[in-house]
Amino acid sequence: MSGQMSERPVLEARGLNKSFGSVVVTRDVNMSLRRGERRALIGPNGAGKTTFVNLLSGRLRPTSGEVFLDGVDVSRADEARRSKLGMGRTFQITSLFPALTAHENIFLALAECAGFGLHMLRSARSYGALHDRADELLEKVGLLPVSATTVQQLPYGQQRLIEIAVALALEPKVLLLDEPAAGIPTSERDLILDIVKALPGDIAVLLIDHDMDLVFRFAERITVLVQGSILVEGSPAEIAADQRVRDVYLGEKS
Amino acid sequence: MTSTLANILFFGLAYGMILYMTSVGLSITMGLMGFVNLAHGVFAMLGGYATVTLMNSLAVPFLPALLAACILVTGLGFALERLLYRRLYGAAELDQVLFSMALIFISVAIARIFWGPLAQPIVLPHYLQGHFELAGATIPTYRLFLLIFGGAIAAALWFGFDRTLFGARVRAAVENHEMAEAVGINTDRLFALTFGLGTGLAALGGGLGAEILAISPGYPLQYIIFFLIVVAVGGLGSIKGPLYAALIIGLADTATKYLMPEVGMIFVFAFVFLLLRWRPQGIVSRRKG
Amino acid sequence: MGRTATIWLEPLPWLLALATYALAPQYAPLMTQIFVMILFAMSLDLLVGYTGIVTLGHAAQFGTGAYVAGILAARGWITDPTLTAVLAMLAAGTVGLLFGSLMLRTKGLAFLMLSVASGMLLYEIANKATGITGGDDGLQGVVFSPLLGLWEFDFRGTTAFFYSLLMLFLTFIFLRRVVNSPFGWSLRGIRENDLRMAAIGCQNYRRRLIAYTLASALAGLAGAVQAQCTGFVALNSLSFELSGGVLIMLILGGSGRLYGAMFGVPIYMIAQDYLAKNDPTNWFLWQGIILLILVLFARGGVLSLAERGFQACWRKVAR
Repeated sequence: MSGQMSERPVLEARGLNKSFGSVVVTRDVNMSLRRGERRALIGPNGAGKTTFVNLLSGRLRPTSGEVFLDGVDVSRADEARRSKLGMGRTFQITSLFPALTAHENIFLALAECAGFGLHMLRSARSYGALHDRADELLEKVGLLPVSATTVQQLPYGQQRLIEIAVALALEPKVLLLDEPAAGIPTSERDLILDIVKALPGDIAVLLIDHDMDLVFRFAERITVLVQGSILVEGSPAEIAADQRVRDVYLGEKS
Repeated sequence: MTSTLANILFFGLAYGMILYMTSVGLSITMGLMGFVNLAHGVFAMLGGYATVTLMNSLAVPFLPALLAACILVTGLGFALERLLYRRLYGAAELDQVLFSMALIFISVAIARIFWGPLAQPIVLPHYLQGHFELAGATIPTYRLFLLIFGGAIAAALWFGFDRTLFGARVRAAVENHEMAEAVGINTDRLFALTFGLGTGLAALGGGLGAEILAISPGYPLQYIIFFLIVVAVGGLGSIKGPLYAALIIGLADTATKYLMPEVGMIFVFAFVFLLLRWRPQGIVSRRKG
Repeated sequence: MGRTATIWLEPLPWLLALATYALAPQYAPLMTQIFVMILFAMSLDLLVGYTGIVTLGHAAQFGTGAYVAGILAARGWITDPTLTAVLAMLAAGTVGLLFGSLMLRTKGLAFLMLSVASGMLLYEIANKATGITGGDDGLQGVVFSPLLGLWEFDFRGTTAFFYSLLMLFLTFIFLRRVVNSPFGWSLRGIRENDLRMAAIGCQNYRRRLIAYTLASALAGLAGAVQAQCTGFVALNSLSFELSGGVLIMLILGGSGRLYGAMFGVPIYMIAQDYLAKNDPTNWFLWQGIILLILVLFARGGVLSLAERGFQACWRKVAR
């Protein structure tokens, strides 16, 4: 066993199924991510990408199948527990604390991650190291200047970046990025891509997006999801050459 | 002993039917609009007042008075929805709670000003009074009438909700708002119609049940917990759930009053706590958790 | 957040309270009532304002505290005010923990219903257990021993005044610590976006249960202080009316800022005193109208209005 430690995938889905009533949304999906891997998940609209991400992150429970996070079976664990074990994610629709400042948004994640969430009698302002770290993360996404602005007052593109910073604050082993560039103008997409590309090398990143350009510039491997099951998985070159993928995307906006 | 049982059964089920009529509208509007309308009981009270006033002051017979009250209150509910309620769709839950509490307070005050603090007596028509014997059992006429009437309403609602286009639209909108809009359902008008319908039913329940839930200014506060229990236990946006819930609550409350009066409502409350701990979404829910 | 600008204002409410006593000691009993309700409303603020838990059953815990303190003293078991207050807090906290664990997995209407039911359940129990609680007549003639063995609860209400003010002050200091701690920030996070909170590893249910228990214990303290200061526990202290009333008082002042309770409670109670004097119907009507205005035109309550007015003036002056 110990010899395989380095080979062990940091995230693994085994035979995942999810149905809502009679509608099957995820069908027997197997997937694994190496430590530090850069993976993209693509698929046409309604392929069940977000549902799949929700199954991985623990927001949804699978109808059957298992999820392993760094070798630990987390199939029964809720979102909070998986987060503690190293799962970070962003949301397709920005999900932050709108009335709190950028800095406070990140501080909250840091405090939870450090296990300070139950400290009641010490002022939050006295946790110097966490505040420094929050500023560091804001710096990393280039938003230190708006540190004290409430998130709801920031433009959407900057909110997307704060999402990433919040996820990074959790020191994840796996980072699920659900359409990080959704809803922002093409001109700003490169900025997002630069930041995603500059993520620490030991974090495995699963990027979900429609934007082929973005995906091909980012990923080492690509998984294609169609109607809830995996159509094909391979290197960008293989995917680009795959006739089935072309068929699926023909007529799609890509 | 058998007569006690029969009594509990008749009184409990009749009481449950009244609870059902007064509450089912709340379940639908709550499921449809997500609006926490604590003031739903106000419409039941107004229905009761309208019925009683028409009967006592204008000598209108019971059933026509009931119908008139129902129409009046439906109109009022419709108007209030257009004027006030719609402003708060999508508002924070706290704002909806406070807003509906405001409506309760104002209506309590208005009821006191117009009708005084005492409960309004209702004189049922002679054909609904008393009992009759059937196969050796004594059957209270009014309760039997309530049972039949309530059952008919429930059946009509079920048909309208499950078998008509209007019902299909409502169900679609309960399950997914945006999707319903996207396929061309005018949810705005749907809200107004459903709200009006719900208030009309409440008024009917208030008028019909005036002898069971006495019509007094405190009505919307006094019985609020029952309406809320029926909806929460039954499940939001459902027609059947509240029926089961109302009948269970009606029976349980009546049975405890007969058999263990010293326990009062304690038993019912404890039951509700445990039930929702077990099924937080209620017995039947159209909304996905 | 502009703390330096307002820091000199902080002692003001406390000085005002003391000044009122110095100038008009005959109002001590009314002031005591106000302090108790502020304490109660502040405990509710932790739930409504900070955590986003809207409850209509907070009186369940207030009444528990009042009855526990009252019964302990009435039976002559424990009459020491401090000790009974601590026991009342423990009891109310336990009740809160129990109810909270049954309620906090539900949301929206179901939660509201259960919160109402929690209050009514205890109300019914107190109403029926006349032998212990005095039922509808309330628990009368409760006598506590002198505070710390030194000060008797006197007729003019001097001890009660200072005792309730001190308890309020301690609660305020405690709550201010709590809401500014990482725990307090996480509550705001839950209020703002509970799904996001879960995704960053917070066990929301447990966190909210802790907040609920804490707020319950403080509500119990408020109840105990009221029992001690008035020597009486009314059945009303468990009522739905009280639960609703304290929520309105809090909203009137402005929730989520602790100071809201300090403004909302006196305004409400003085208005009630004035408007309900002749006719209680009036008071219902006014309460409804005030609420309607608050919801439709003045969200954020009196403090928020004052703040906006102040800012507008400031901008004019600055120009």
